[in-house]
Amino acid sequence: MIEEYLPLIIMLVLGFGVAVLFLYLAEWLGARRTTHGKQTTYESGMEPLGTARDRFSIKFYMVAVSFIVFDIEVVFMYPWAVQVGELGLVAFWTMTVFMLILFAGYFYELKKGGFEWD
Amino acid sequence: MNDIVWIIVEAVAKVLFLVLILQLTAAATVYLERKISAFIQIRVGPNRVGPWGTLQPFADVLKLFLKEDIVPKAADKFFHSLAPIISLGIALAVWAVIPFGDYFMIGDRKIMLGVAPDVNIGVLYVLAMTSLGVYGITLAGWSSNSKYSLLGGLRSSAQMISYELSMGLSLLAVVMMASSFSLNDIVAIQEGWGGWKWNIFLQPVGFFIFLTAAFAETNRAPFDLPEAEPELVGGFNTEYSGMKFGMFFLAEYANVATSSALISLIYLGGWALPFSPEAIGMQEGSILFALLQTLVFVLKVIFMIFFFVWVRWSIPRFRYDQLMYLGWKVLLPLSLLNALVTAAVIVFAI
Repeated sequence: MIEEYLPLIIMLVLGFGVAVLFLYLAEWLGARRTTHGKQTTYESGMEPLGTARDRFSIKFYMVAVSFIVFDIEVVFMYPWAVQVGELGLVAFWTMTVFMLILFAGYFYELKKGGFEWD
Repeated sequence: MNDIVWIIVEAVAKVLFLVLILQLTAAATVYLERKISAFIQIRVGPNRVGPWGTLQPFADVLKLFLKEDIVPKAADKFFHSLAPIISLGIALAVWAVIPFGDYFMIGDRKIMLGVAPDVNIGVLYVLAMTSLGVYGITLAGWSSNSKYSLLGGLRSSAQMISYELSMGLSLLAVVMMASSFSLNDIVAIQEGWGGWKWNIFLQPVGFFIFLTAAFAETNRAPFDLPEAEPELVGGFNTEYSGMKFGMFFLAEYANVATSSALISLIYLGGWALPFSPEAIGMQEGSILFALLQTLVFVLKVIFMIFFFVWVRWSIPRFRYDQLMYLGWKVLLPLSLLNALVTAAVIVFAI
């Protein structure tokens, strides 16, 4: 168990380590000649109007909510998928019913216009 | 105890080598993209730095290291620095479960080609890491406190999570066939029949769904709306400069290489060769045979990278509503049906 996962953890730590190292190297090597103009937010050469901490379209929230719903359903399917041959008929029909319910929800959201983007 | 020490030594050596190779791969991918783009447009492309311009990407990265790191006054400093770390760290860490070949023997020790290719959660790990990759881009867009960055970040995250579903569901069908999450097992089921057992032939619908999702996940043309230059300047990385920008750049190209590697492994037979080592007079577990497997794998990856660039200059950019239409109304139900049909075939026919 540990023999298999240890290299994975080492890779994660060193992968992020390299990224942090890059940041420090850049800070150490990079030029430092900052002016007021450089530090302003870019807005095509204009003085920025207001901030970006503003309200934005509700559609992005809709996508996020739909994603969470469907993603959790997909996660339920993985344990079944690995064993689909061994689990056989009962599990297959159970999952078919599960997917039909999922499709019902999908068509409900489709008809309600949850996936429209205009 | 002694065993654990050896495992750590082997893992650290492999990881350091792999991280180095990945930087080179990202650089090589940048070079390939620029050169192929140039040939498609009847230009010459980079040809000044080094032979045929091959050193151009290294010169670029070196330059980015020496550039000033500008952080806008309005930005959230901590998250502004965290975002590129997440992006690059994730892009490197995914490679832990990717096998480059089967294995070779040094004395009695079996050395796997890859950091942890036999881990039994390979595919899940890849999906988890690509999901985490969204954080890097979302945080970059939000923390910059610029309208262009915010819009680019929002678009990017919405696009990535939309296509992640279809990607996961198309992988579900492959996992059913292999009865395993390990990428090595998925390669193993594709061996034989002279290449006709590749998943591209057995899972054609899944392949096209995965391919489309891979383009969307890497934010590349025709789905490069997050950085649509004419309207959003540079998207989520508008306010980044110096090496922080370079890190996003490296991460993006490392992700292209990752997607190419995944497509080769899952659908194109990976490192599997159509003959056994004995057939060409080599021993089971010889280093040369392992190198041959790696060579085949690398060639497939290079072809997929070429394909990515080819598509970029062949298909115009989608509109955002078309992108959402394709993701939610076409690919999602299609990939669900594909998974169900695959399960039915496995349960009833085999």
